[in-house]
Amino acid sequence: MNLNINNKIYAVSAASDETLLNILREELHLMGTKKGCDIGVCGTCTVLINGEAKRSCVVKLSQLKEADAILTIEGVAQNEKLHPIQEAFIEAGAIQCGFCTPGMVLTAKALLDKNPKPAREEIKKAFVANLCRCTGYQQIFEAVELASKKMS
Amino acid sequence: MKSVGKNIPRLDGYDKVTGKVKYVDDIDIPDCWRGEVVRSDIPYGRIKKINFDKAFDWDKVMTCTYKDIPGKNATIFLSDDQPILAENLVKHVGEAIVLIAAPSASKALEAKKHITIEYDTLDSVLSIEDSRKRKNVIFGKDNIQAKYKIEKGDVKKGFAEADFIVEGEYRTGFHEHAYIETQGMAAIPRPDGGLTVTGSLQCPYYVLKTLKSALLLDETKINVVQAPMGGAFGGKEDYPSLLGMYVALLSIKSGKPVKIIYSRDEDIVVTTKRHPSIVTHKTGVKKDGTITAMEIDVAFEGGAYSTLSPVVLSRGVIHSAGAYKCENTFCTANCYATNNVPTGAFRGFGAPQVFYALEMHIDKVAERIGMSPHEFRLKNCVEVGDRLSTTQLLKESVGAKECLEKVLSAADFGKKWRNNLDTCAFKHLRTKKGIGLSLYMHGGAFTGSGEGMKSEAGLRLNKDGTISVLTGCTDMGQGSHTVLPQIAAESLGVPAALVNTAVPDTAVVPDSGPTVASRTTMIIGSILVRCAEKMKKKLPDLKKRDVKELLKTYYSEHGELKIIERYILPPEIKWDQEKHCGDAYPVYSWAADVAEVSVDAETFEVSVDKLTVAVDVGRAVNPVLVEGQMEGGTLQALGWALMEDCIYKNGKPVNNRFQTYIIPTAKDAPEWKTIIVEKPFSYGPFGAKGIGELPLDGGAPAIANAIYNATGLRITSLPITPEKLYSLYEEKNKIK
Repeated sequence: MNLNINNKIYAVSAASDETLLNILREELHLMGTKKGCDIGVCGTCTVLINGEAKRSCVVKLSQLKEADAILTIEGVAQNEKLHPIQEAFIEAGAIQCGFCTPGMVLTAKALLDKNPKPAREEIKKAFVANLCRCTGYQQIFEAVELASKKMS
Repeated sequence: MKSVGKNIPRLDGYDKVTGKVKYVDDIDIPDCWRGEVVRSDIPYGRIKKINFDKAFDWDKVMTCTYKDIPGKNATIFLSDDQPILAENLVKHVGEAIVLIAAPSASKALEAKKHITIEYDTLDSVLSIEDSRKRKNVIFGKDNIQAKYKIEKGDVKKGFAEADFIVEGEYRTGFHEHAYIETQGMAAIPRPDGGLTVTGSLQCPYYVLKTLKSALLLDETKINVVQAPMGGAFGGKEDYPSLLGMYVALLSIKSGKPVKIIYSRDEDIVVTTKRHPSIVTHKTGVKKDGTITAMEIDVAFEGGAYSTLSPVVLSRGVIHSAGAYKCENTFCTANCYATNNVPTGAFRGFGAPQVFYALEMHIDKVAERIGMSPHEFRLKNCVEVGDRLSTTQLLKESVGAKECLEKVLSAADFGKKWRNNLDTCAFKHLRTKKGIGLSLYMHGGAFTGSGEGMKSEAGLRLNKDGTISVLTGCTDMGQGSHTVLPQIAAESLGVPAALVNTAVPDTAVVPDSGPTVASRTTMIIGSILVRCAEKMKKKLPDLKKRDVKELLKTYYSEHGELKIIERYILPPEIKWDQEKHCGDAYPVYSWAADVAEVSVDAETFEVSVDKLTVAVDVGRAVNPVLVEGQMEGGTLQALGWALMEDCIYKNGKPVNNRFQTYIIPTAKDAPEWKTIIVEKPFSYGPFGAKGIGELPLDGGAPAIANAIYNATGLRITSLPITPEKLYSLYEEKNKIK
């Protein structure tokens, strides 16, 4: 089966019950997507499928279609140039250990692509399924608000 | 100041935000085998037999037992009592017995299913109470892994002078680090016949010490490299010495690179936790609010092996009387062995437990004499010239009172506190508002003369005109590898962009001591200031415009320039370890928290609306990073206060997944306000003190006190769940 990941077509040979997370990491060596709990709770493996934030550890290959557009953290910056969300995460101090960061950046992108000027409560709601153990979340919310300004 | 005090973006930001950073599980290691560990599933017993299923083809995998360890079968810490692999006795669930490596993870897992262990079970001890009563003796003569006594003045006299005596008992449970990256290590054979061990670890030289002792290899044959860490919080201080040995043994025996990455449930079951505690207080107080005597007993649960417990207990008992003036204090402390998982380092290192107890108790004492919690603290808070419970004279850098005053005013505490008290009894209110306060401190660096071990750090001029900080201390997310270059750049007088930190590899960087005890900025930073002074004398005038070109030219003419210096302990520090008396820490960081909560009067659910934190860090080298530490650490305290608890049944944690072990989410995060107070420490780099652990010490009691303010319910054991609040409410109403 072919998968469209970051606008590139990859032929994958994994079994149909294999998870997207394992395919990304083990077969395609796209290591930016992290494994945190493997049961769909922590959100660190978040990728975008057709613009929607999904936990790749619970998405099976059989659930994907060749037409699906998958975006991982490797596809967010264009030609080494950071996306405004990525710049904002650095500037606002939204990163500490960085392990949840790829999932956070993609969740932010899914939110801002649909809702360019979200209220603080809307941001909180969007991030409820992405665990961060280092920050108090506020710097992540502030990064989203800063990105929103940069993108408008 | 061009670098210090500036919000320089963290140097690893680009790699982290693009997903390019390689954590240990992301490193491409060709032909790497995967390891698995066969463990004890009983809390205490003798190993009768290890059965390797004869039907399984063992030629395809590699296994190791303790018999494969050529040297000492122990992790090297304080008492070396923890075996790397169990010999004939297992003392907790999850203790490692057999190691397996195979070309694939699935093959290793399959092999694991073909090994069974037979035991003679022994009667286990699973709580502080049973260990204290010596239900069975499982450790030494009396189950006690460590004990201390600290005495100042005369408590008998102090109690005799008191108008009131207030007593209380406070309890906390197991607390899981829950770093998002689970523990993982890899061992990779080197072309020269040596071995590289790399992974998610805080203290490369700790791991190296155990590897050298167990494998009988010297540092020319083995090096330890820290891979970028997805959080640690103390959880990767002592445990990586075990995991590092597992991969090293398997790699040496198989001749292959071997990697072990824990699954979440394995990580929660087998790695260390925060020590459960029972702390009792007896306080003498006069009507005018003078504290005349404090008698405190601290009991910690150390689990099956002592690991770092003696020093955790020491820090706990030293902080147990907190930041208050009191002439007569008597503090005792014991750490009890049980057959639960060994407890170890966790951000705060014994202090969060004693501050939860103290700061709840102080509210109770204030209430007894009819004083408000803030007036009582303002009256008794230590200042320069006062002495702490160890008799340590506070000579400088004491921001306790300023933190208290600033946090009270920023949160409008007095007015809100009084108003909530007035509305607390209103039955018609669905949501009760509460506000609570805590005052706390954290000693920077090792206890007593511990920093006399003369840690080393250095600076190296590189060929490309940049300068690297050389330190064995690691960045686990806290930002030290941005802060240390800032300090070095400021001291050298070069732009911050020219300074970076070398990868912590024991073959390259000196032993700077472990990355623990809120010591990195203060201790390593101050060594770097001295290195910079020396380096500056060797280099040409750096005030010229193109510094990078200048440095490049210097390198091409003179070659590499490397300066290594050792830490010098401030000369006036005097500490008697036996009596636990004297200067317990070179300096303290101080803080005060105000928590504002809403309690649902029907469901008893608590939400924390706002946390205001004032913190004296001496000098904020990077204010955004300071805020990150304060907010993140306080959120961990919030989790511990309201929702986090490892529940053990027969030595086994029941809630070993993120579905059942709940940590705070974005929904639980309050609004934060951090106020930075700067009372410089003359021996700190540009006045800076430690910050890493401090924020965990004050959040829980501030929240507990706020809940009391809202409901009149004082819950004296963490976590404060709706169930506990409801049952205390029922109990109080029945009595009425």
